[in-house]
Amino acid sequence: MGRVTSIASFGRNGLYDWVIQRISALVIAAYFVFLVYFIASNPDLTYEQWRGLFSHFCMQVFSTLALLMLMAHIWIGIWGVLTDYVTPRLMGPKANLIRYFLQFAVLTTVAVVTVIGLGIFWSL
Amino acid sequence: MKISSVNGRPVNLDINTIDLPITAYASIAHRVTGVVLCAAVLVLLWFLQKSLASAEDFAEVQQILLSSPIKFMMFLFLAPFWYHLVAGLRHLVMDTGIGESLEGGRLGAKIVFVVSAVLILITGVWLWGV
Repeated sequence: MGRVTSIASFGRNGLYDWVIQRISALVIAAYFVFLVYFIASNPDLTYEQWRGLFSHFCMQVFSTLALLMLMAHIWIGIWGVLTDYVTPRLMGPKANLIRYFLQFAVLTTVAVVTVIGLGIFWSL
Repeated sequence: MKISSVNGRPVNLDINTIDLPITAYASIAHRVTGVVLCAAVLVLLWFLQKSLASAEDFAEVQQILLSSPIKFMMFLFLAPFWYHLVAGLRHLVMDTGIGESLEGGRLGAKIVFVVSAVLILITGVWLWGV
């Protein structure tokens, strides 16, 4: 079997994908654990507090970083799932075409969500 | 069924009839929860956008999140979130060389299931205030 080259992987090769997947995981984990902690420790959360948190410059940077990392994480993760299951061996000769379509759909969604997310974070 | 050329014993490679080890279930669950969380991102982003729009929208989001079917939906997001997080941390631990043996892998999978179950339980208590 030849070397697997894929123009559709995120970090150009498996090693980059591996590293990006781990770094992004840590950032996403820190972001969501912080948010869950913030919500859980403020049972009487007000709109002012909530908006104050997200409009703080440091939080805007943290949110942006977490969003970009999350999108990369999703892209690499979905790529792994699709290239494992949507294959000619499991799904027949049309599998490659279906996978390219799905990857295109995921990539488009990721791009749109990134733009929407950045719009939310930086319009505060 | 194929016969092994090495020892003449039958070889079964049909994954549908193989009893998967606990590590396989841990891995499959990691993938399934990951895909579920992808879909949840869209919903969460919508809630975030609305909650930040105005004080009225914020109050409305609070009302929506407190209603019982949505509360259950939040649980359906938080449960896979905890599992995916804990299973991911196991990967990071294994990257340092800990728990890579067969027994270590099995133990690690069990720990992931137990720890995430505890976190999911705590989340349930938090949401419904039992």
